[in-house]
Amino acid sequence: MTILADAETRILVQGITGREASTFTLESLRYGARIVAGVTPGKAGQQVHGVPVFDTVAQALQAQPCQATIISVPAPFVHEAACEALKHGLKLLVIVTERVPRADVVAVLAQATAHGARVIGPNSLGIISPHLTRIGMCGGAADAVHKAYSPGSVGIISRSGGMMTEIANMLTQAGIGQSTCVSVGGDAIVGTAFVDLLPLYEADPQTLALVCFCEPGGLFEERLAEHLRANPSRLPTIAFVAGRFTDKLQGVRFGHAGAIVEGARGSPSGKVTALREAGVRVAGKLGHIPRLVKEALASEA
Amino acid sequence: MKVLEFEAKALLREQGLKVPQGELAASAQEAANIARDLGRPVVIKAQVPTTGRMKAGGMRFADTPAEAAVMASELLSLEIKGFPVRTLLVEENISHVAEVFVGVTYDSVARTAILLASRSGGTDVESGERIMRRPVSDFKAGVDQAGREAASELGFEGQAFLNLSAAVARLIQSFAQWDALLLEINPLVLEASGQWCVADVHLELDPDAAYRHAALLARLPLSAREADRRTDFERQAAKIDSTDHRGVAGRLVPFGGNLGLLIGGGGASLTIMDAVFDTGLKPANYCEIGGNPSVWKIKELTKLILSQPGVDQLAVIMNVVSNTRADLVARGVIKGVVELGLRPSDVISAFRVPGSWEAEGQDILRHYRVRFYGRETSIDQVVEAIA
Repeated sequence: MTILADAETRILVQGITGREASTFTLESLRYGARIVAGVTPGKAGQQVHGVPVFDTVAQALQAQPCQATIISVPAPFVHEAACEALKHGLKLLVIVTERVPRADVVAVLAQATAHGARVIGPNSLGIISPHLTRIGMCGGAADAVHKAYSPGSVGIISRSGGMMTEIANMLTQAGIGQSTCVSVGGDAIVGTAFVDLLPLYEADPQTLALVCFCEPGGLFEERLAEHLRANPSRLPTIAFVAGRFTDKLQGVRFGHAGAIVEGARGSPSGKVTALREAGVRVAGKLGHIPRLVKEALASEA
Repeated sequence: MKVLEFEAKALLREQGLKVPQGELAASAQEAANIARDLGRPVVIKAQVPTTGRMKAGGMRFADTPAEAAVMASELLSLEIKGFPVRTLLVEENISHVAEVFVGVTYDSVARTAILLASRSGGTDVESGERIMRRPVSDFKAGVDQAGREAASELGFEGQAFLNLSAAVARLIQSFAQWDALLLEINPLVLEASGQWCVADVHLELDPDAAYRHAALLARLPLSAREADRRTDFERQAAKIDSTDHRGVAGRLVPFGGNLGLLIGGGGASLTIMDAVFDTGLKPANYCEIGGNPSVWKIKELTKLILSQPGVDQLAVIMNVVSNTRADLVARGVIKGVVELGLRPSDVISAFRVPGSWEAEGQDILRHYRVRFYGRETSIDQVVEAIA
């Protein structure tokens, strides 16, 4: 089993005729993903690598029922595209578009909550369950994905899409496969964070360990640590926190509201401490991750 | 973009909020003239896009135009947190009977906008005990109610209550209308008349929403000037980036060492910088490349980085690339080094760009006898090999 997506997941691509979307659609099909429909207003009747294009989500879903959608439209249209997907009952939205205005992100997430749907991203490279499917463009071309990702028992959650592939590649090189890998998006506010995915991985019998790639800013890591202290997990968790050098450069905050909302938290060193105190094995170097994963898997066995 | 106080106050005045009478001055003489025209005690404030101005001595009070001139010339010689003081706001000093803190920003945990308010304003408000926090999930319905609840919770009554309710509601609406990331009034002061007046403001706008605020941004020229405080090195890098739309090569930040870095993407750049510092190497710069940059772009960046004083080595390191082509990166780096009249094998201390077109890239590097690494060598092993 995997989380969020498997070989049966039928996928819609909103903005499918765009240059980037058209490329990842082709490569995802080659990888085995079931992309069955696309939407670009005004382009109904066209096909993108054999995938039929529709003017609206409603038309697309009527012809081709889907469980997930990839939103790859220009930033000004993300809000509208996401609301259209939600209105027509899609429950998994992967937003790959970068630089979406904060107000639009918050509005989309409020709508998603009201509809009981999950949003991954924005600014996500997507989800991959190796050898089964990919929802998004993580890993690039199909043959490159095959080199970096391999099926197995380790979940990866990453704030950086590129580093998710790097870590999967390190694990694959070490003979360790992955269950499902999720690029949660690099923005300050994203729909799904570490702590939201943890219960899904815990419920997945295939997953035996978790690797988290962390970055400066926000409270995603601190919340994971709090959650793990209160709810010990069956999954050993390994984390790497990038950007420790920024501790020394921390710019002065603008205004006081940020300090009120986040407190003194958010720095890489603070994240390392919080994660360690919660029992997470924090890798001092990136290259240590495979060894820590092996040790964790051995001690659980 | 952080908006300077003077420009933020002009916007707030149009939204119906009261702000003190005042003008901008760039010299002691101008400051004295403004103080004379106002005809009352003034406060003179350095216009810098940072917090902690009061504690850094960037705010002075003057009773007469002559005093204003002296203080203005002192302020204009200051540098506050790296910002040279170039402009001053000279405005009437508002006498008040109470002050509060009101702020609107985003809460990344609650994934919503949040209204903050406190009875004790001032420079240490975040350490205060009683701060009201209220999520604002809808910028249309419920804004008036949020204003009344804030005013009530802060303990005001009668006209002061009504006026504060309206001011808070207007602040929330302005935050939404301008696509702000932060709108903070500290303090908002109550005059004896029952009017609330904006004594100081911090406003930050969402750069990702700039495309829908051209008219608003055109009215903030001083803030735009302060926001663009790049070094020549950063300016040249940005110029290279914007000359060619293929790929991203933004965010070059100078670090002063001898080891030039051509690295990416975002998460990998952070990881590589940590490894560089951990091994005691001296980086010349931080950098993020990605999105399949062209040969020309990589060539120009290579030349720019290697032309900085004291830079004698270049490391090219990326995570396993999926979109960027390793061979184009290799070609660009080699071209740049050769055009500078240098030998690639002398200057390039490591090249590690595994992923798409890696075999073709390695052929080029092999030809020039450059040391390269593949996907089997981790990022920090590559950095350790340099050190």
